[in-house]
Amino acid sequence: MSVDSKTVKKIASLARIAMTDAEVEAMVPEFNGILGWVEQLGEVDVTGVEPMTAVIPNSLRLREDVVTDGNIRDHVLANAPAAEHGFFGVPKVIE
Amino acid sequence: MTESTYRIQGATGEWEVVIGLEVHAQVTSNAKLFSGAATAFGAEPNAQVSLVDAAMPGMLPVPNKECIRQAVRTGMAIGAQINRWSRFDRKNYFYADLPQGYQISQLYHPLVGEGAVEISLDEKNPDAQTKTIGIERIHVEQDAGKLMHDQHPTMSYVDLNRSGVALMEIVSRPDMRSPAEAGAYLKKLRTILRYVGSCDGNMEEGSMRADVNVSVRKPGDEFGTRTETKNVNSVRYVMAAIEHEANRQVDVLESGGTIVQETRLYDPDRNETRSMRSKEDAHDYRYFPDPDLLPLELDDAFLDECKASLPELPDAKRKRYETELGLSAYNAAVLTAEAETARWFEGLLAECAKAQGKPEAEVAKAAANWLLSELYGALNRLGKTIDDSPVSQAAGAELIALVADGTISGTIAKQVFEIMLETGEPAGKIVEERGLKQTSDTGAIDAAIAKVLADNADKVEQYKGGKEALFGFFVGQTMKAMQGKGNPQLVNAQLKKALSE
Amino acid sequence: MTDLTDLGVADIRNGVRAGTFSAREVATAFNANVAEAKALNAFLIDTPEHALAAADAIDAKRAAGEELPIMAGVPIGMKDLFCTVGVEARAASEILNGFKPTYESTVSQKLWDAGCGMLGKLNMDQFAMGSSNETSAFGNVISPWRRNDGGNAPLAPGGSSGGSSAAISARLCPAATGTDTGGSIRQPAAFTGISGIKPTYGRCSRWGVIAFASSLDQAGPMARDVRDCAIMLEAMSGFDPKDSTSLDLPVPNWEAGLSSNLKGKRVGIPKEYRMDGMNAEIAAIWDKGAEWLRDAGAEIVEVSLPHTRYALPAYYIIAPAEASSNLARYDGVRYGQRNLPDGAGLQDMYAATRAAGFGPEVKRRIMIGTYVLSAGFYDAYYTQAQKVRALIARDFAQVWEHCDVLLAPTAPSAAFGLGENSDDPIAMYLNDVFAVPASLAGLPAMSVPGGLDSQGLPLGLQIIGKPLDEQGVLNAGLAIEERAGFTARPGKWW
Repeated sequence: MSVDSKTVKKIASLARIAMTDAEVEAMVPEFNGILGWVEQLGEVDVTGVEPMTAVIPNSLRLREDVVTDGNIRDHVLANAPAAEHGFFGVPKVIE
Repeated sequence: MTESTYRIQGATGEWEVVIGLEVHAQVTSNAKLFSGAATAFGAEPNAQVSLVDAAMPGMLPVPNKECIRQAVRTGMAIGAQINRWSRFDRKNYFYADLPQGYQISQLYHPLVGEGAVEISLDEKNPDAQTKTIGIERIHVEQDAGKLMHDQHPTMSYVDLNRSGVALMEIVSRPDMRSPAEAGAYLKKLRTILRYVGSCDGNMEEGSMRADVNVSVRKPGDEFGTRTETKNVNSVRYVMAAIEHEANRQVDVLESGGTIVQETRLYDPDRNETRSMRSKEDAHDYRYFPDPDLLPLELDDAFLDECKASLPELPDAKRKRYETELGLSAYNAAVLTAEAETARWFEGLLAECAKAQGKPEAEVAKAAANWLLSELYGALNRLGKTIDDSPVSQAAGAELIALVADGTISGTIAKQVFEIMLETGEPAGKIVEERGLKQTSDTGAIDAAIAKVLADNADKVEQYKGGKEALFGFFVGQTMKAMQGKGNPQLVNAQLKKALSE
Repeated sequence: MTDLTDLGVADIRNGVRAGTFSAREVATAFNANVAEAKALNAFLIDTPEHALAAADAIDAKRAAGEELPIMAGVPIGMKDLFCTVGVEARAASEILNGFKPTYESTVSQKLWDAGCGMLGKLNMDQFAMGSSNETSAFGNVISPWRRNDGGNAPLAPGGSSGGSSAAISARLCPAATGTDTGGSIRQPAAFTGISGIKPTYGRCSRWGVIAFASSLDQAGPMARDVRDCAIMLEAMSGFDPKDSTSLDLPVPNWEAGLSSNLKGKRVGIPKEYRMDGMNAEIAAIWDKGAEWLRDAGAEIVEVSLPHTRYALPAYYIIAPAEASSNLARYDGVRYGQRNLPDGAGLQDMYAATRAAGFGPEVKRRIMIGTYVLSAGFYDAYYTQAQKVRALIARDFAQVWEHCDVLLAPTAPSAAFGLGENSDDPIAMYLNDVFAVPASLAGLPAMSVPGGLDSQGLPLGLQIIGKPLDEQGVLNAGLAIEERAGFTARPGKWW
């Protein structure tokens, strides 16, 4: 599969990374190089193989339903670029 | 099973509406799905947020057992397949209310598989028109935070208190064919969730909201293209949104247009749905298994506990009230529609059986009638719910017993109940102190009758002349003369005797 | 008096316990080395006060007659991927500029509890994506090693834990934390002539460690020798209920279990690792390693891991896919850098912030990861890669029926010059060809120095073990260490 600049643009938009046209053009051959290389995986016969879920046998533990956290608003907001009145601030969103 | 006859009359003929609902129900739990922060409603902004909920670097999710348990119990309550092996997946998209940049949900391997909910379309006669709505799946996922747009001229504010709260997404099959069916389904689902205790069903606080999938087709045709109207938060709005959206789609199709598969928003103020174009480009969610979490595997002990802790469910309870307690289908349906009402009624029933020394089946009808007429009437007047009823079950049972053993008449019972509500005193004491006991002394009754008949000689003539409807008048006058305390059966009998002389 | 900075973890701890020197003296000596090694650019942030405070606490404990913990008085370097309270944690990326965690990672907390202090935060490849430390937003780390050709060309310290490897080999710290997603502990250790172990996935908690690829990331120790690695691994390991993938197992006393007697052990030589065009010096050191292990009593057997060649491409689907999602949280809303162009909306702010904040390699991997997860491609890439991963793990499981540990080279070459591989991403990725299979299977694996190549640069040997058998890995490493007699160290030029 070969990707073009339109696809790279679409992926950049999905990934929320602004890219200039020049950056997009530069990435197209890189992208194709890497994808062409990983596509050799298609050769492997995986009939009847389940995708890996846990590398080391282990089961998901469940915690008890107890409130053990929260009430740390100062910590939560400590690093925020724009915190006001206990909220995080973002550019106005029109829904 | 009943076929819906709901149709939209278009210019080109009749259209059938096809509806599926995705209900998001907040799981009742103390702490969030993957963090130990509290879930209570109405806290200060960002007060109920852990570092995990704020997606700080290096933070990891650990699932809350109770949330899993409640989703499993809900699945069991709708007879669904419970998947012993399920997984959490990440749904990736960027939005300010989604700190991780992904929502942890379950796409590929949900916790609960197929089940069904039976709905009744006639409230007066719940067995007459029923329909089974298929449930495709129930999965567990994180709720998002909340954005506020009106606090600042150029900024929106983000509150993450809801971020990470556990939701069950209950996905129905496209089995509904009218707004009424969708409304009945939503109400029934709410009833089941509240019985199970897995969700408080409080739509005003956002504990339950629905994404409404609607399409239209000519009867017999293939399904049409559907739209999804997001986050509708009341039964009434769901029904209105369906009606509006179905009509809009018919208009579009009949004017030669096509329906675009899209996300829409219902505006209750204008009663319309409109396209949410802001979400359109975000449809590639790149789901994949969350590598921070292992597969969720449930063992027998866990499932057995879930099953054992399920209460009697509304349908079973309603049928038992009909068959074992001899209640009417309507009364049984009303008593079981809310878990609280049924619980209260069963408490009252036990007290009645105790007070009267009789089996529950023999006292059930009187108890049900008193609850549904007298108590409900009072609660409505007082604006109270049954859980804060001013009269206890034992006090109600005492009053009902006084009627049953003939100590007071039904008419007097109403007076006694009013006094109970005012004073909080027990029925027996009120009857005793105010001398409200019913008189079964035929001498006193006969004396009262004699006076009534003497005072109304003209009416006696008319009665004897064939105007038998006047009998009720004589009963009323006699009861009035006795301040309501005459035993009604005896008054009747003695009057008949006196008038036939 | 010996130079305290020539001492390793065990010697420092033993000396502090015995009162031969104070922890403060040790911290002071290393602080001085850190301060004068700016030319290496190994440390992003120096925290001499942290090291001194921890040292003073240990000295006070000793004065009070208390028992001293297993790393008492050992100052260490902390890879910038670990969150520590109040000290900027940036994963060597601009996007986390100014981010000061209010929380302490489980692993760093365990190290403080074990008696360590922090000399500073170590440079690394940005978000641990890289094999040369050249993707750091804050400049390359320069390896203290130089070729013996007199050319003084700056060399890569390996990556992603390149600050850690450079700092240890230059005697700026006796040990440091590393993280290994696809070789990020082992390859830099090999490049700089030190030891490092990636334990079994789940041994060390990932809580508070900035994530790259969750199903692969494992923290581990880097130090001068095997014993020091054993001690530090014990300090770092242990069950953490805050990490759902953490293993709920007791932590062995690996130091006490160290033994270079390999009688009755079988060492597998995976034939697929002997690739076409293999560097002759790498092949030679590998053979030598096998001889040393035979000398230690082990039987050498050839084994097969048939899916080896697919490990690297599988890794370069799985790791970027996970990273594309793990790094979505860097959006300029809650921490770090925010770029808000005039009139930008929310989504524009995201795109601008991420464009300015992430380096080119990080962007490349996020893009690849986004692509392989996108609609229509998920099964062909991601599901296929996870199936191949299952086959790779199965290969290893089958090999354990024939041997106890595997011996392989750590990297396909000695350290390369800065800039030599940076134009071709795939050439750079190939550096981890021997390291990645064990990562995909979650196995413990370590690198120990084997010797120098003809240019005077260190070469590493890799031992891969069964799940949870860190002891077997450490013991085979010790057997090599004793026989290799590796004492070379870079001459001080900085």
